[in-house]
Formats: sequence, structure tokens, C-alpha cells
Amino acid sequence: MNRKRWTILASMLALCALLLLAACNKKENTEQSNNSATEQQAQPAATPIDPATVATVNGTVKFDGTAPKPAKIDMSQDPGCKGTNEAESVVVSGGDLANVFVYVKDGLGNRTFEAPKDPVVLDQKGCQYHPHVLGVMAGQTVQIKNDDPTTHNIHPTPKDNREWNESQPPSSPALEKNFAREEIMLPVKCNQHPWMKMYVNVVKSPFFAVTDKSGKYEIKGLPPGDYTLAFVHEKLGEQDQKVTVAAKETKTVDQSFKAGGE
Amino acid sequence: MCHLLWPLGAEIALDLCHVPDPRGTTLKAIAATYNRGLHRFAVILACWTFLLIIAGALVTSNDAGLSVPDWPTSFGSLYKIPKLVGGVKFEHTHRMIAQGAGLLTIILAVWMWRAEKRRWLRMLAIAAVGTVIAQGILGGLTVLFFLPAPISSAHAALAQTFFCIAVAMAVFTGRRWIEEVPRVEFDQRRPSLFTLTLLSIFVLYVQLILGAMFRHHGLSWWPHVVHAAVVSFVLAWTAVRALSIYSQIEAIRNSAILMLSLLIAQLCLGFTAFLTRVSWGKDAAQPELPMVISTVTHVAVGALLLATTVVLAIQVWRHVPVAFEERVPQVERNPSAA
Repeated sequence: MNRKRWTILASMLALCALLLLAACNKKENTEQSNNSATEQQAQPAATPIDPATVATVNGTVKFDGTAPKPAKIDMSQDPGCKGTNEAESVVVSGGDLANVFVYVKDGLGNRTFEAPKDPVVLDQKGCQYHPHVLGVMAGQTVQIKNDDPTTHNIHPTPKDNREWNESQPPSSPALEKNFAREEIMLPVKCNQHPWMKMYVNVVKSPFFAVTDKSGKYEIKGLPPGDYTLAFVHEKLGEQDQKVTVAAKETKTVDQSFKAGGE
Repeated sequence: MCHLLWPLGAEIALDLCHVPDPRGTTLKAIAATYNRGLHRFAVILACWTFLLIIAGALVTSNDAGLSVPDWPTSFGSLYKIPKLVGGVKFEHTHRMIAQGAGLLTIILAVWMWRAEKRRWLRMLAIAAVGTVIAQGILGGLTVLFFLPAPISSAHAALAQTFFCIAVAMAVFTGRRWIEEVPRVEFDQRRPSLFTLTLLSIFVLYVQLILGAMFRHHGLSWWPHVVHAAVVSFVLAWTAVRALSIYSQIEAIRNSAILMLSLLIAQLCLGFTAFLTRVSWGKDAAQPELPMVISTVTHVAVGALLLATTVVLAIQVWRHVPVAFEERVPQVERNPSAA
């Protein structure tokens, strides 16, 4: 084999290596499974909690600094998208920050909890997801509705759960899905309407909440103990706080985020 | 450089190169005749493929790759056209244009098989059919596997490969290629101009993969931007060599000037695309028009640049061969060694 042929061969190998390198960069493992349900079933029975001793944690999440002006969404590419729409990545009203997912990140030990039988509802209306941030327990059913006169597709792009992408025409029955593994800020999008984005937070305990428009949250039924409370925002990141609650105590834990995620 | 094709048969090497031998006669294996209809059809296929590349770039820039979640059907049907709104407008239009490209390619291959005398060109047309089928399968796989960056990038790279094949077929079936007796000048310089054109194609291909990987979220933007400097250097070197020494050969001069012009345009577009996507559009709530226009144009001009470089390589191969003794394999020069 002469020199030029070696050069050509080496070039082809380099191209292949580049593609392999790219393959190694693949960010997600989408191989997760349908045996997630089995995993759920294999979990030990829920640990009983004495309802007479449970505590409550509540508070307000603030935004320090000048809130970004929400971008107007141009929905003209689909006449089925009615009304007006704004980006919901940072929703601030009077310094109160909405759409922060608050959950007990640590301190529950080996306690296990049964997923509620009632589904949580994710609605598509005005070409917007309602709610924008959703909390759900692993294995709990998420009922996805389409109240728009146009077709949506629902496409979660998880890191630890199974990825799927299904279309949902108008007036079709609700889709029922669940997520098997704990995952915070799991992005969900609609590829037909690229502005439609929301986040599902899958946790193993029922101790979570999402801040409302006034930045408020409340977590009830918490057994007395020492916990780490995590406040997670899709753009501003995560902040943790240690909290100790006594039996029947109602404790206020406020948090604030600075512009730029500090 | 024709010796690269020698193993494929003397017919291909001689016919493509129109090799003049040292005694002054022109060796030409097949006396091909110009077929205007066939050439026009090949040009239509090349233009259609360019349109398809733009349609594909629109899908990526509008984040509409999975708006039709199934494949090979669209919303469960092989023939029904869904309501073309939102992302479906881009994705399904891309699929329809792609089906048209497949059909045109098959028709061209059948036509060539019946009307074309040059066997290597008939084989190229068959290879084009294979490429378009592979491209369709890659497109399907990228939908079924939720746009994995390696598959989506391979889809983007193969699209431009197919475009180059279509452009090459248009060149090979053209009147000038068939009827012109090429003016040949031997290249004594090292690296030869042909080597430089091959190097240009290689660096462009690497750039294409890096760009596609960035667009499909498989790599950061900086490898593509850094490699743009390498591409600029190699292509400028090639163009300067071609224009400074072989500017009297029209086919080479025109291709080199076009390549250089497209390179400059592409660098400007790349800068604009960087601004609109990476700098300004990083936190955009939806794909914004300036980003879509600049990135789609960047992809389209990139495809033109690659195809022009391939045409330059073909013309250099034809007009500026390396010295004859280097083209003949050792075994041909010294039969006793065989």
C-alpha cells in the first residue's frame, strides 16, 4: 500500500474516530425500562408516620435583583394556539419567585412512601403547559390532557427515566404516564410548538411543593427530624437549607435567589 | 492522481482523466455522447437536493425534528398529509421533499443505466440510490431514537455527501465534460494541487461533522469555531495555488474563485450564526427568525462550499494530473515485477 493510500485510510479512520467520540458524548441513557413498574412493586411497604406528630414547613421564595422581562411568545405558526403567551422561565411578581420546586432532599432515612393513587394532571391549554413545574412521586400517574384545538406532542427528555414522544390530537383521551426514577427538573417539551416547555420533578417522598405566583409553598405531614430542604429553579439552580422540625411544629423557611443563579 | 482509480479499471481512469500519453494522442476509453435530457435531469436532482438540505436545516433550526413522532409513517399514515402547522410544517415538508429526492434519484439511475455508456457513471448513479436509501434510514433512525447527536450528525453529513454526488453527476453528464478535450498541465509541485483539493474536502468534512454535532447538542461550539481557522487556511492555500498557477484553465479558475467566495461568505455567516444562536439567542424562549435565517443559510452555503470543492477536485484531477509515470502503477511500468 503506497503512502497516499495510507493517507486516505488514515483520514477515513479519523472521521470514524470523530463519530465514535461523538457517540461517547451521548448525554442520556435511554435504555431504561418497562421494568420500572416492577422496581416499584419490589419496594418495601411504606413506613408508617404518626399523624399526631407531623410538622409543616412553609415559606416564601424571593428573587433578589431586577427580574428579567418575560419574552412574548410568537404563536402565529399555529392558528390553533389562541391567546397570548409569555415565556415562563423566570416568573417574578413583586419580588416573589414562582415555579420553584421545594422538596426534602435528605433526612428521611430509609423511609419509603407509597405513590398516591390519584393522578396529577398536566394540561395543555393556550399552547402552554399547566402547570409549568410539576411535582410527582415516582410511579404516580401523570394524566396529560390536551384542551387545545391543535395537536401537541409530549416529549420528556430525561436523564434517568425512559424517554418517549407521543402526539396528542385535539379532543383525544388523556395520556396516562408515570416516571419510575427520581429525577429533578426533568424537561418536557412539545416539538410542534418549540416554546412549550415544562419540568416534571419526580421524587420518592410526598414532601414537596411548588411555589405559586406569590412565591409561597407549604409542605405538610413531615415527621419530626432534621432535614435538608432543596429549592430548585429551572434557570437559577438549586439552593439547600438545613431545617429541624419538632412534633406538630409549623416552621417558616424562606429562601431567595439572585439574578444569574447565585 | 488517476492511478487512484487504476485498480477500478482502465476505463474509469482513462475516461475520467482523458489522459494524454507522451506520444501526443489522447487516451479516451469511451466516446460518450452528450444527452441534454439526462444532464438536465441530473441538474434538477442536484437543485432538488440543495432544496432538501435547506428543508432539513429548517427542521433543526426550528427544533422540529420530533414534531412527527413516528417513521416511516407520519402520524400513522404513509400517504396522508397532516395539517402543516407548527413544527409539523417543517418536518413533514422535509419528508416530502426527501421522498421526491429518492424518486428523482431512482429515475436518474434507471435513465443512466439505459442511456449512459460510461459504466463508472452508471455505477455512480447506483451508488447515489444506495446513498439516498441510507440517508432515509438514518433520518428514520434519528426520529425513532429521539435525535441522538451521532445519528443526526451522520444524517447531516450524508445529506451533503449525496449533494456532492448529485452535483458530480451533473458535471459528468454536462456538455463541457463530454465534448471538451481537456487542456492538461502536469503538476510537479508538492503537495500537488489535487492533494490539496482532497485535503480541502477532508477538512470541510470534519468541519461539517463538528458543526452538525454542535447543532444537535453533541459537542460544544468551540471545536467548530476553532476548526474554521484550519478550513480557512487549507482552502485559501488550495485556491491560491489553483489561481496562481492554473488560472488559464477556466474550469479550475471558476471553481477556485467560487470556492474562495463561498468560503468568505461562509465565514461571515458563521459569525452571524454564532451571534444569533450562541451569544444573543442562548436563552431564547423559541427559535427566533434571525437565528433560523443565519443558521439555515450557513448550512446551505456550507453545502455549496463542499460541493464546489468536490467539483474543483474533479476538475483538477482532469486538467492537472501528476506526472504520467506516477499515475501508472508499479506493476504496469515494470510487468516483469508482477
